[in-house]
Amino acid sequence: MMAKQSLNKAACVRVLERMLVIRRFEEALVEMSGQKLFKSHYHLYIGQEATAATVVESLRSDDKLVTTHRNHGHVLARGADPGAAFAEILGRATGLNGGRGGTLHMSAPELGFLATSSVVGGCIGLALGGAFAQQRRGRGGVSVAFFGDGSLEEGISFESMNIAALWKLPAVFLCENNGAGATGSAKGGFPSSLIAAPRLAGIAESLAIASSQIDGRDVDAVHRAVSRGVASCRAGRGPVFIECITERWEGSKPMWPELSTGITDVALAWESERMPKKYRDWHVHQDPILLHIRKLLRKKLISRAAVLQLDRKVIARNAAARQFAIASPMPRGKTALDSVYA
Amino acid sequence: MKPMRKITYSQAFVEGLDYCMRKLPNFSLLGNEVMGLGPQRVHLETIWRNYPERVNFPPTSEAAFSALAAGAAMSGEHVFCHLGAASFSFLSMTSIANEAATAHYASGGKIKVPVVFHMLHGLRIGGGTQHSMSPQSMYWNVPGLQIVLPSCARDAKGLVATACLSDNPTVMFTHDLLIGMEGEVPEADYEIPFGKADIKRRGKDVTLVATSYMVQVSLAAAEILAAEGIDVEVLDPRTLVPFDKKALIKSVAKTGRLVVADESHLSCGVTAEIAAIVAEEAFHHLKAPILRVARPDVPTPFSRPLEDFVTPTADKIAAAVRRVMG
Ligand SMILES: Cc1ncc(C[n+]2csc(CCOP(=O)(O)OP(=O)(O)O)c2C)c(N)n1
Ligand SMILES: [Mg+2]
Repeated sequence: MMAKQSLNKAACVRVLERMLVIRRFEEALVEMSGQKLFKSHYHLYIGQEATAATVVESLRSDDKLVTTHRNHGHVLARGADPGAAFAEILGRATGLNGGRGGTLHMSAPELGFLATSSVVGGCIGLALGGAFAQQRRGRGGVSVAFFGDGSLEEGISFESMNIAALWKLPAVFLCENNGAGATGSAKGGFPSSLIAAPRLAGIAESLAIASSQIDGRDVDAVHRAVSRGVASCRAGRGPVFIECITERWEGSKPMWPELSTGITDVALAWESERMPKKYRDWHVHQDPILLHIRKLLRKKLISRAAVLQLDRKVIARNAAARQFAIASPMPRGKTALDSVYA
Repeated sequence: MKPMRKITYSQAFVEGLDYCMRKLPNFSLLGNEVMGLGPQRVHLETIWRNYPERVNFPPTSEAAFSALAAGAAMSGEHVFCHLGAASFSFLSMTSIANEAATAHYASGGKIKVPVVFHMLHGLRIGGGTQHSMSPQSMYWNVPGLQIVLPSCARDAKGLVATACLSDNPTVMFTHDLLIGMEGEVPEADYEIPFGKADIKRRGKDVTLVATSYMVQVSLAAAEILAAEGIDVEVLDPRTLVPFDKKALIKSVAKTGRLVVADESHLSCGVTAEIAAIVAEEAFHHLKAPILRVARPDVPTPFSRPLEDFVTPTADKIAAAVRRVMG
């Protein structure tokens, strides 16, 4: 299969729909956390949606994926049922993983995901194993590791990239660097990365891994890099490293997520006079959804009416998914002892 | 007499660290979020402010910075090294079990390794498989390590001080649910010697040995049982290594009955070792079989009813005590 460097109209709209699915899901989640429907720490993907929503365009159904503590966007982008995803986070029996994993370990093995670890760096080693299995299978499948910049602080990331490079494994190391603007634990925010290398891609380059550094909010840039990288992996040329850079979303700076930029209003993509001053930078330069809509409108690939209609459809489905989860039963306590072994 | 002031576990812990900072110029702190991510984390800021050059925030590189801690200790530094959730300590396992624990022995007693590996453990509601672990029994299987599990604010202050001043490597566990708990704590500096169990409640019918947060849960169970006329003695070993066998056997000799509560998994867990000590050395005192309350042998589920099912509670402990009472 030849890598297509640009997305056609239908694909552009699919990517937009995926981004909206993720955004509406997570906006609801913040409310649900406020309502004490679940009581655990959680991590949002808001601001990074363009990456997951676009990466999956280059993947086949037999490809493997591994994600982290910040997994909602990846799992939903790959097509997991939002109702089952909500249910998982609420610990319901109908959850993607029967309520056993929760937000930190949500996984959809039927869609190619390996186990979701929230041990920083854990995903990279597991994805290496996925790539090894793909190479043994010999059908051109790849294994994608989605990980944060912080994963590169862990030794396992270096060891894994070294093995992948030595054995020419079809691994896509997809680093989502959301470090810009993060506050860090010393300032009362969530830990952010501490890496001496001036460019993260330089770490992979030192192992002779083909690397690129792109704007993670830009659907076209993500697609160009990922489609090329995946094609190279499929052709047996070894691993690739792609650094997708995004600014840390305001709401993910404090220890607990906050809907600090409000509920997304897609019409702000064209009604710029209505933009609230306070988060103008987010609405004009950061929000990948508004950026993508503006580009599609400019290229006449979608109409304003179609954007609003698509968003309404996503919102309605999201509301139904949320209802499904809330109405779902909890698992019975003693089933905790079931299926420790296969 | 003035009633003693009450402060949180976190505040008391920080006072213990502060004492070591004053006492040992070669003592430093390594790690992020020593008292977790909750509101109690602010107390560490006193230490950051007062000793900025002796506090280090490493990258998320547990394997490297725990080895750094062990190596610095071998070079004459005293290091308090915080590893985060106990699950993450597995990334440091080689520094702890292969290096720190063996160096004194393998050097013919020439090398000292004054390092504390501190971690947060325990069922904390919603922690799931990787933020709830209690691996104290795994570390108990590594000779050369001291193991400390404070159960209240007062003990935290004195035990962390002893750990940091010690010449031996120590693994120290703080339970997530203890961090914000208040208790009476003396203002003066003090150290609590290792290997000295503390009777947290005196009783004559049953010896209830408990560690860490399970001490608090056991005290609640003892209240329930007192209303039923069962008089429970709650014994807190405070350190697993060294272990105060004498106090344990003395209590069992008095009561003739033993229940053990700890959050590590049942098989080869802390409860198993304590039960074995009594079975081997005090069997003749027993009037009933020993019972254990521990976490079942399953990974820890996220969902609330599942998590509740695997959590040792006051009711489960009380039920075990009733059974040994016959
Ligand atoms: C081994 C390990 N150490 C520490 C942590 C605590 N922790 C959770 S998220 C996080 C920061 C991760 O940053 P990054 O990898 O960039 O991901 P992001 O949250 O920014 O998406 C840390 C240190 C952990 N989960 N695992
Ligand atoms: Mg990051």
